[in-house]
Amino acid sequence: MGGYDDTPALNDPSWLRRSLIGLVVLFLLVFLGLPLVLVFRQALAGGWDTFVAALTSEDARAAIRLTLIVAAIAVPLNVVFGVVAGWALSRFTFRGKSLLVTLIDLPFSVSPVVAGLLLVLLFGTQGWFAPLLATTGWKVVFAVPGIVLATLFVTFPFVARELIAFMQEQNTDPELAAFTLGAGGWATFWHVTLPSIRWSLLYGVLLCNARAMGEFGAVSVVSGHIRGLTNTMPLHVEVLYNEYDFTAAFAVSSLLALLGLVTLLAKTGIEHVQDRRRPRN
Amino acid sequence: MPETDTLNSIAATDLAAASAGAPRAHRVHPGFRLTLGLTITWLSLIVVLPIAAALVKVAGLSWEDVWRIASSERALAAYKLSFGLSLGAALINLVFGTLTAWVMVRYRFPGRRILDAMIDLPFALPTAVAGIALATLYAPSGWLGAPLAALGLDVAFKPVGILVALVFVGLPFVVRTVQPALQDLDPALEEAAATLGASRAQVVRWVVIRQLLPAALTGFTLSFSRAIGEYGSVIFIAGNIPMVSEIAPLLIVVHLEQYDYAGATVLAVAMLVISFVMLLLINLAQRWSGHRPGGAH
Repeated sequence: MGGYDDTPALNDPSWLRRSLIGLVVLFLLVFLGLPLVLVFRQALAGGWDTFVAALTSEDARAAIRLTLIVAAIAVPLNVVFGVVAGWALSRFTFRGKSLLVTLIDLPFSVSPVVAGLLLVLLFGTQGWFAPLLATTGWKVVFAVPGIVLATLFVTFPFVARELIAFMQEQNTDPELAAFTLGAGGWATFWHVTLPSIRWSLLYGVLLCNARAMGEFGAVSVVSGHIRGLTNTMPLHVEVLYNEYDFTAAFAVSSLLALLGLVTLLAKTGIEHVQDRRRPRN
Repeated sequence: MPETDTLNSIAATDLAAASAGAPRAHRVHPGFRLTLGLTITWLSLIVVLPIAAALVKVAGLSWEDVWRIASSERALAAYKLSFGLSLGAALINLVFGTLTAWVMVRYRFPGRRILDAMIDLPFALPTAVAGIALATLYAPSGWLGAPLAALGLDVAFKPVGILVALVFVGLPFVVRTVQPALQDLDPALEEAAATLGASRAQVVRWVVIRQLLPAALTGFTLSFSRAIGEYGSVIFIAGNIPMVSEIAPLLIVVHLEQYDYAGATVLAVAMLVISFVMLLLINLAQRWSGHRPGGAH
């Protein structure tokens, strides 16, 4: 900082400082905090028994189960892809690399609704794979596989982009040392690379999981909203809300909001750890 | 890290030799073909193939049909609403997001860490949950809707309600891109300006804002493109009246519900094209926005 700390040209006057802090705190509390408080307040508006009943109804249980199944398939697939893509895009240079990175990021800039539509175009009754599906009897659209595919599309970049960014910054000397000492590729990956990327990987997994469990637009297009069969938790929230069963809608929402809060907490924790461990170049 | 880059390019070019069983003594990362092959295959299956399907579908239609669907009165109203409100929301986020980042980085006050963590809430909260929460909050009988209605301001079920939802989902993008840029600012530049006799306003205007501009514009762009495609948090608060408060993604869903796949696809591709062009323009503007000191990215 040096000896200029008291110079007026480097400091905001205290009245300005205070009013800016006040403005931002008020804005964040009203704009972000209030909706969160409202979710829990409304969820418990009918009392604890109504809250529990809303969460243990048959449809709610089916929705929770489906959401867990979808995340249990989509998140591990994204982890494997993320690690593979991270390795390919950080440890080698080749032509077309930036195009590949752009394509991996693409699902972020595609509307979730459009993502769902794309799957309908491939697997719907007039879709490219309709003849194949007709002969095998498989169902994709308006069934669980469609929901999984839609979730895979929208969550595609989360783990990969996190790992690519982190691994590109990483110092690869430890890996090179392992090679020099005679370790093979797999051994080096398991014992050197994986431990060094674990926090970054966990970070990506958290965000990916939050999105996988909370995805609405893409899933809503391909699900067909069949209660007890193809309703995930966010879709169940919509159904309840549209039936004016607000307390139940907010009860299910509160579970999702809780997931969001846990994600935020864990994310902040990892950032805290990672700041100290971020590789120095 | 230019050093490792060179090593990696050696690795890439020497790969054939390495995988053919040549001694791996000279710092070669293995698995180039395997990992790149898997990456490209999986990417093609999950991302590229579906997008190709949409382009092929549109290519199969006659030009007149595409134009008729893409430029129908209802579609034009939906684009205008979606792009206009997304632009407005991104502008609001640009101002409030930069201000929030400034307060979080430069000032110390009790509760700062908790508020800082809370900024990511729109990323972590499922959009449907945000949607019903905002709709309830801003409804005429809601906690915020009632006082606003007393002032003669209707928010929920009006286009301005859509704006509120879009600002909500887009805010973290600006804060999270400006924050690191602000932390990395070299204090020496501000001190130099001060010793040269600049006032506080001049330092902020010509030194701080000037350097933050690229990051702020990146945040603006991210917030804008997220807003255009946003669906879950908007539809509950929007009112969804055709020609008035019907956003483009919702119009796509309306077409789909009528099994009009061609119509839905044309609108989807039109949206992709318009947002691609707008993002391109913003990127160009960003490149022209002046020299970028120290190669900030």
